Amino acid sequence: MIDRKPSLAVWKFASCDGCQLTLLDCEDELLAVAEQIDIAYFLEATRATVEGPYDVSLVEGSITTAGDMERIKEVRRQSRFLITIGACATSGGIQALRNFGDVEELMRIVYATPSFLSTLDTSTPISDHVPVDFELRGCPIDRNQLLEVISAYLAGRKPAIGEHSVCIECKQRHNTCVMVSHGTPCLGPVTHAGCGALCPTFHRGCYGCFGPAEQANVKSMSGALAQLGVSPDEIQRLFHTFNAWSEEFRNPPVQVAAPTRKTP
Amino acid sequence: MTRVVDTAGLDEIVRLLRAAGRTVIAPTVRDGTIVPAEIESGAELPIGWTEDQNGGYYRLAATDTPERFAFSSPSDSWKRYLHPPRTLLVRTRSTEAGIDVELPDPSAPSVALFGVRSCDLAAMHVLDQVFLDDAATDPGYAARRADAFIVAAGCAHPGNTCFCASMQTGPTPNAGYDLAVAELYDNGQHRFLIDSGSDRGANLLAEVDSRPATEADTAAAAAAHDNAVQHMGRTLSPSDPPAAAAHTDHPRWDDVAERCLACGNCTMVCPTCFCSSTQDSSGLIPGEAERWRVWDSCFTADFSSVHGGPVRSTTRSRYRQWLLHKLVTWHDQFGMSGCVGCGRCITACPVGIDLTAEIAALARSGSESGEAPNTTNATVT
Ligand code: SF4
Ligand code: SF4
Ligand code: SF4
Ligand code: SF4
Repeated sequence: MIDRKPSLAVWKFASCDGCQLTLLDCEDELLAVAEQIDIAYFLEATRATVEGPYDVSLVEGSITTAGDMERIKEVRRQSRFLITIGACATSGGIQALRNFGDVEELMRIVYATPSFLSTLDTSTPISDHVPVDFELRGCPIDRNQLLEVISAYLAGRKPAIGEHSVCIECKQRHNTCVMVSHGTPCLGPVTHAGCGALCPTFHRGCYGCFGPAEQANVKSMSGALAQLGVSPDEIQRLFHTFNAWSEEFRNPPVQVAAPTRKTP
Repeated sequence: MTRVVDTAGLDEIVRLLRAAGRTVIAPTVRDGTIVPAEIESGAELPIGWTEDQNGGYYRLAATDTPERFAFSSPSDSWKRYLHPPRTLLVRTRSTEAGIDVELPDPSAPSVALFGVRSCDLAAMHVLDQVFLDDAATDPGYAARRADAFIVAAGCAHPGNTCFCASMQTGPTPNAGYDLAVAELYDNGQHRFLIDSGSDRGANLLAEVDSRPATEADTAAAAAAHDNAVQHMGRTLSPSDPPAAAAHTDHPRWDDVAERCLACGNCTMVCPTCFCSSTQDSSGLIPGEAERWRVWDSCFTADFSSVHGGPVRSTTRSRYRQWLLHKLVTWHDQFGMSGCVGCGRCITACPVGIDLTAEIAALARSGSESGEAPNTTNATVT
């Protein structure tokens, strides 16, 4: 435990700002957080900054430029405890779809003057570049999980953040299983918990925005999706969203089973 | 003595339970399934509904009768009403003088569990062994359990995934209830045979318009019971679990591990799976901390983690732990089976893993392991 107030910095790399906004979205708890932690560097909230080093850094976004490859090393040097937040920072984000294609070609299609751009061929997670102390998943992250990580840091304990499936939260919440009871494709069984099974609660299949759960069995999951009549292309697209570049979701085995489950 | 009421009489029982200040939890249709949840009147029972259940598959289906209990087991168990998914264990506060400890009030809102199947009654008896152990009684469970008024309902329409007859837990309740209902619907005659199993049950029944059961009524109920026994969707041979337990290196364990998602759905819906983890929350308000008990599953890595990592690091070892605990080591631990044959784990499994098929395959020697005899859905490999 530290006697003085610990300091917190929030950093942005290639991202949409949604995860940082989650900190501001902790409206009711924000004052309690600010009472116990010095928010020393948080450009999204205030231009006033305090120089590092910082006790805790929250890092949002992925690495997509040569400059950012250097900047993240400096952030690491300035941070005692570095927490990456969100799908971009933990797996490369939606922008990692470029990793599967030809970046030159994409630049030509999207930008009028691609020569102005200076970008890497890939979008990669922070952990590919510097050691990370804790990863907080989600697109965006969950505010309660963010508060839990901060609280745990303050108390010097391990955060109570499970790496198991969304299904466990879904059942705790007394939801009807959309996969079993409605035949809706749902990635919950292979997706990391943390959102409280938000999408199934609203009768939608999970999109996998928290990325792969521990030991995600993507092969068997693909088979179950195929049994629901989801085509190999669609299975690939289901896995290739926010966490497409995560090791588990990168190459889902899609040709695994013919739809054989008997339906009435 | 068995009494007979009509549909108005059944509704009256719900009304009287509510009038006595109880929240009535009963099977009701919600989001395309039948789940135990609060109802305000007998009209919210699943009138005219049944379901089709199979491995990883559940669909509601309409019946052409006004039966209230034409389904099998509700898709979720009653466990959450006795052993809630989250329970506050203690709250502490640091003060000048030391530490204030606040224990939650164990008394619970009064409930009636209405329409509990025989398998689920057996499951409550199993949970009692866990939570009412003399050496370590759980005060919250004990209070909820003693208070809950239980109206059991016999099964006339077992589902595709049911095998209570194999586990000798059903389909007709014989103990552990305040009232037990057997629904009869024949030749357009709709009636409910009601037995009381306690004084409070008998007192409540005395307030309802009823007539004594005739010989024809009890014969019809006995015939419905026999018919239900004949129509179990699954079977589990009592000799299979010990045989499977001897085959700890059977190739079928690898096979099931390839299919298993380790998602934990089976344990969440199982009416006897009682495991939980203890979570501390502290930090934002200086000096304040809470300790919660939260449902957990033996399918997570955290569950068996000690210093240095999980003891069961593979899905293979976790599935084996789950299946053999349910069907074999539970006997050593609690003197009974941990499985009551409700079939929920089969229906709720997104890849349709069927413990009756697995145990049958595992009971045969590894060299002859093949497709199990009572698998009705294709497995994903
Ligand atoms: S709805 Fe999705 S997350 Fe919920 S239990 Fe079913 S498969 Fe799992
Ligand atoms: S249910 Fe899935 S897609 Fe929806 S918020 Fe949760 S993790 Fe993201
Ligand atoms: S193991 Fe499966 S069939 Fe047996 S009691 Fe649990 S959920 Fe029901
Ligand atoms: S057996 Fe089925 S429900 Fe249970 S953990 Fe494995 S995939 Fe999930």
